[in-house]
Amino acid sequence: MPNIDPLTRDLWQVVAATDEITPGVVETTILLDTPIAITRDSTGAPIVWRRTDEEQGDEINPASIAERLPVTSGYGYIWTSFGNPPAELFPIPEYAEADRVNMSCGSIGIHVSAPRAVENFLDMGHFPYVHTDILGAEPHTEVKEYDVEVSEERDEVLATRCRFIQPRAAKSATSAMEVEYVYRVPHPFCSVLYKSCPEDESRRDVIAIFLQPMTEERCRAHLLQSMIDSTSTITDLRRFQQTIFGQDKPILENQFPKRLPLDPRSETPIRADKSAIAYRRWLSQKGITYGVIPAAG
Amino acid sequence: MTFTLSDPTWYPIASSEDLPFRHVYQGQLLGRELAVWRADDGNVNVWENRCLHRGVRLSIGINEGAELKCQYHGWRYANRSAGCTYIPAHPADAPARRIQNRTYPVREAYGLIWSAANDEQPFRPFPGAEDKDWLPLRPMPVNAEPEDVLAALARLDQYADILPGLSIRSGNVIWFVQPVDAGRAVIRGLLADQPAEPLAELRRYNELLTGLRDRLERAATRKPAPAPLQPIFEKVSADLATMPEIAIPRGNTMTVVVKRKWQSADGVIGFELAARQGHLPTFQPGAHIDVHLPNGMTRQYSITNGPGDLMSYVIGVKAESAGKGGSKVLVETVREGDLLAISEPRNNFPLRRDATRTVLIAGGIGITPLLSMARFLDKSSLPYELHYFVRSGEQAAFRDQLEALHGKVIIHQGLPRDEIAATIATSLGEWSMAQHVYVCGPSAMLESVRATAAAQGWPDEAIHFEYFKNDKVIDNSSSFEIELARSAMTLHVPAGKTILEIMREAGLTVPSSCEQGACGTCLTTVIEGEIDHQDVYLNNSEKASNACMMTCVSRAKSARLVLDI
Ligand code: FES
Repeated sequence: MPNIDPLTRDLWQVVAATDEITPGVVETTILLDTPIAITRDSTGAPIVWRRTDEEQGDEINPASIAERLPVTSGYGYIWTSFGNPPAELFPIPEYAEADRVNMSCGSIGIHVSAPRAVENFLDMGHFPYVHTDILGAEPHTEVKEYDVEVSEERDEVLATRCRFIQPRAAKSATSAMEVEYVYRVPHPFCSVLYKSCPEDESRRDVIAIFLQPMTEERCRAHLLQSMIDSTSTITDLRRFQQTIFGQDKPILENQFPKRLPLDPRSETPIRADKSAIAYRRWLSQKGITYGVIPAAG
Repeated sequence: MTFTLSDPTWYPIASSEDLPFRHVYQGQLLGRELAVWRADDGNVNVWENRCLHRGVRLSIGINEGAELKCQYHGWRYANRSAGCTYIPAHPADAPARRIQNRTYPVREAYGLIWSAANDEQPFRPFPGAEDKDWLPLRPMPVNAEPEDVLAALARLDQYADILPGLSIRSGNVIWFVQPVDAGRAVIRGLLADQPAEPLAELRRYNELLTGLRDRLERAATRKPAPAPLQPIFEKVSADLATMPEIAIPRGNTMTVVVKRKWQSADGVIGFELAARQGHLPTFQPGAHIDVHLPNGMTRQYSITNGPGDLMSYVIGVKAESAGKGGSKVLVETVREGDLLAISEPRNNFPLRRDATRTVLIAGGIGITPLLSMARFLDKSSLPYELHYFVRSGEQAAFRDQLEALHGKVIIHQGLPRDEIAATIATSLGEWSMAQHVYVCGPSAMLESVRATAAAQGWPDEAIHFEYFKNDKVIDNSSSFEIELARSAMTLHVPAGKTILEIMREAGLTVPSSCEQGACGTCLTTVIEGEIDHQDVYLNNSEKASNACMMTCVSRAKSARLVLDI
């Protein structure tokens, strides 16, 4: 097993969308350089174990799996851990609201480290260039001042008052509007975004990204949407998020180095990168070394 | 020989043909990736293939002809200097600092592009390079150690001569081995003189190399693969890595040669100031330089150049017959071939490059910064209109340069005053979102544009102008102490006197020029205390940094200021 820092080892890590795992059928994937296998038992409860000679698609008797990894379900996904995970996953209370459409929007492999992908998710500056005419467009390239804090009690990075003009902020949006965002990073490899909802001004849509660190330079992005949207179909909403991700993928895969450098002098930040700077510092202080290039000394 | 990252040998890294119009080629040398691109002026750039901002490959960037635009956040880097010229996330004040991508030496010769890991060795032609018309052969990438590739090439011809720099002469072909990495190479060949049937020849050599490659790769699988070279991503400087609120006080000057001096129009003299070696620093559209004149004065002149055009700066100087001081000296005594000291370019007049419509309004000599802006917008195919007002009898300066532009350029000649106002009003039109106007000219014109624009709904943020004069009323009613850190002196500045005057009274020699907070000559670093800025030289973020000020007009809000003097 490669060198995985203790914190990363003890975290819950996402591995698959629950409803994509057929009970009794083996699904294989890689987590933290380790091949793992996933299935569900007849009650639907997930089972995860270190893969030995099982193959993708094998039919298996779930009861026969002896050495199981810790497992939990949350937000439509299966999570596991190689260490001693906390009792609870980080909270996304909105997920439980009765009138929301919750959906997993697929899992996309990206040849870059999970922290790089988190940082990209936090970044508004790339909207006009990478998501042209959807999440941003020239002339609205300016990233206005916003606030960032690292909340001690919740142990998460929080960026608030983020505002950006978007031609088509969501599936249901028809014209350009200034959207307000709140970003949370409640887990080193996961981030949750709240954005003003075109349909109901008093509430916010939630989009979360859970990154499965496969290796230090590869990850899978699992997406969750929790929307207040009475008109779009789930397929449309999914396709929208997948389009966004399809646009990020080639850019992310052309980032070098693929691991996220934590030394503040490795890249040139600007004011717009405040949240990324806080995120890098937070990872550094926690002692995360997986998928990053730690700052020397 | 094992390859090192710092091997200073020049190797071919591409064929000239690999750099077609507006394309960025991904080159490789000694474990590193290179972004190789040709600007419209013919210059070839070899840069580290990584945007300094977030590490994205520049070979997927957009070659705009004079600048390279990163695909991730739209940062632009200039031809030749690799200096960053625009940061769209902060269009109003960016780039506040000197950000420069890493560059490598480059030479284009014999149909090939050459580069080296560093500048330690000058480029030398290979023996016998001159007096032949070389035809580059199709390159052949090989997964084998560069040395093995060289040895295999040598075995093709027992009479071959091994030349320096991993190259071999065999008959009328010279072979070069480009070391891509410890275990990878590209064979590049040059054929002396154009053959009668070039296609057949190219095919013949290609077959020869294909066979060689297959043999080499088979052999390579039988030996342990060498460890790949690990490129080092150099750290950015400490001031680039900290939160960039602040611009650094400058004060560096450099020497330039007056390469050309000419009459550009009635009453306007053009000066072309060239670097003594290589290129000049990156500048942004709207930027100016401080020119230090033979009589000890300093004057500001806008750079008229277009993007990436760094071999010389062209400025325009108004030769007022009654003029005294700076311009008169330049016009009357400075000649071609003279040396002048200039400052690095600075920009108090930044151009947004994401507007849907840009209106440029120039009066007289005010054309200079706007010409530069128009050239930048032109190169990026952004929509703009340039209105240039000149007095009757006077011709428009820089006419040829204006005629070369593709945008809407209108020269208004000899209009009476009221017609000027009406023309400004129609040129501006009603404001709508993402429209910006930039104006430079006599203060009456500035005022007229400001008033007209405001009346037609243009918000303040959309109206941009630059002062060469400080028209503000200076409030000098405060009194405070100054502590001169390096001179170990504490002085009292009473109401009615400037810091500059008090320092001079105390016997210090401190430079100044305009003495109204417009030229930047008396810029001073402030170590402690809260500054009351009253100049028009520093931009807002520089003022907010509270780290520097002009001693001719600035005062203190705190009881004491500590200056780095
Ligand atoms: S990575 Fe190039 S502009 Fe941000």
